[in-house]
Amino acid sequence: MAEFLQFVFSGLTVGAIYALVALGFTLIYNASRVVNFAQGEFVMIGGVATAVLHTAGLPLLVAAAGAVAIAGLAGFLLHQFAIKPARDASIAALIIITMGASLLLRGLTQLVVDKQIHSIPAFSGEATIEVLGATLQPQTLWVIGGSIVVLAMLQFLLNRTLVGQALQAVAANPLAARLVGIKVSAMLALAFVISAVIGGVGGVLVTPITLTRYDVGTVLALKGFSAAMVGGMGSPLGAVIGGLFVGLLESFGAGYVSSTYKDAVAVIAMLVVLMVAPRGLIGHRSAERV
Amino acid sequence: MDRRPAYWRYTPLLVLGVFAIGFGLLVDNSFYLRIAALVWAMGIAAVGLNMLMGEAGQVSLGHAAFIGIGSYTVAIGPAQFGLDPLFCVLIGLFLSCAIALVIGRPILRLEGYYLSVATLGLGYLVSLVIVSETALTGGPDGLAVPRATVFSVRLAGAGIWYWICAACLGIAVLLAINLQNSPTGRAFRSLHDSETAAAALGIDVGAKKLVAFVLAAAYGSFAGSLIALMNGFAAPANASFIQSIELVAMVVIGGSGSVLGAVVGAAVLVVLSQVFVSFHDYETLLIGLMIMLFMIFLRRGIVPGLAHLVGAR
Repeated sequence: MAEFLQFVFSGLTVGAIYALVALGFTLIYNASRVVNFAQGEFVMIGGVATAVLHTAGLPLLVAAAGAVAIAGLAGFLLHQFAIKPARDASIAALIIITMGASLLLRGLTQLVVDKQIHSIPAFSGEATIEVLGATLQPQTLWVIGGSIVVLAMLQFLLNRTLVGQALQAVAANPLAARLVGIKVSAMLALAFVISAVIGGVGGVLVTPITLTRYDVGTVLALKGFSAAMVGGMGSPLGAVIGGLFVGLLESFGAGYVSSTYKDAVAVIAMLVVLMVAPRGLIGHRSAERV
Repeated sequence: MDRRPAYWRYTPLLVLGVFAIGFGLLVDNSFYLRIAALVWAMGIAAVGLNMLMGEAGQVSLGHAAFIGIGSYTVAIGPAQFGLDPLFCVLIGLFLSCAIALVIGRPILRLEGYYLSVATLGLGYLVSLVIVSETALTGGPDGLAVPRATVFSVRLAGAGIWYWICAACLGIAVLLAINLQNSPTGRAFRSLHDSETAAAALGIDVGAKKLVAFVLAAAYGSFAGSLIALMNGFAAPANASFIQSIELVAMVVIGGSGSVLGAVVGAAVLVVLSQVFVSFHDYETLLIGLMIMLFMIFLRRGIVPGLAHLVGAR
């Protein structure tokens, strides 16, 4: 029981991060139909930048805020200089562009910072909490709580504010949105910034547990895609459920089957879903079958 | 649109043939010959990926998986089962095609980016298996490949492998050009332009994309076998994520849809990575930047871009 609970804790922790990556990915996809392969880099930037700024002497909270701002800026620049000029390009071209951006961000981080592993202190100490025989790191609660707050804020933004409504209008029909006076390009830029900020926050939350390095983005992106695909492409709820599902599956796979192939679990789950039920667990939108 | 006689389509083959034979006869430095042989071998993989990307409009982000499968079958077959390395090339081809078929069949019925995500996953899985199954693959250290012998001639040395790779590339290019101008090739291009229109014309879109994917896998696997046989070594780096992205970069930079472009792209990337051996830290940054710049500003790529310039005058 204690062991089972332990796996649940670690599964929910990584699952929350996968959910955040999947959520950022879904947001950009819905707004612009761009499949952003650079989504994992935002998480990496959030973690690495916090570590660097904190080491440089800034208080943890300020460093974290700065890091999230840097991630947001990276998202903005990605849209302005890479996606916007290539707006008329094919899906394949846009995929390649975001992949290139992912390498660029990683290469820059490697040059500007370094190739070392970075860490930041846990927000409320390292003293573990005992729950029914399983040990719980306080940071786990931060990760799960933080993810819930991000999710709630995103829901509020999308459904209760004018900007959020405009963003949803662009996602539903860009031409109609333009006709009613919404600046489509600005909304797309906003979608990239919000996604990057969500990723950056995820990076800040999880780095005390998982540590971070310039090259963690690819695997995170891959797991985030897996989560989004498993949950159902295009659905924010699906992204969250898919993230938690993949996180739990990975944790149980590592615990009961093989820790060597822990990282394969999410990918296999994605491949199975793609082959068997491409709408995913919650896909409300029908997949585009030819 | 193309009113030139039919033999014009073999121009890329002629250009490559003249260059490859000239280079092979004039250069006598085994270091340069080795790099050129690597260009020809990688060119095969790029020509294959070009069928998928340039012709059928689908991106594989894990194509190094097939290079890895090709490399490691010629290493594992002789080591574990005592098979002839050249026979293992065929096993690698069979395995790669089978995997491409199993993965591609259901996924390519979906329009859009699904193949990219699935191949990214596949590439990751293959690379994970290669690094983890140390007993079978040698793990991060790689695995030695025995020298192949043909009619008791031992295939070793840069000179021999230069001509083998050049000849294989020639055959690969010839097949690719013929395919490009077959009904299947025309069907590929119609997919690239509009899948809906292609479907309306009665083309089985999913099946055609599957053919392109399986062919690209076969080309990748063959290139992988060739590289491993040439180096006498199967390296995990050949199956890595960055190798997959470099392959995509070869097609994009050389010119998506152009057979000659794929080989030029392979030359650019292989030579660059030799130049960057001493500046290894900049390699990721530079490849990322080049991919983006070409995709945003010079989407045609080098070869079709140049052809367009010449044609416009």
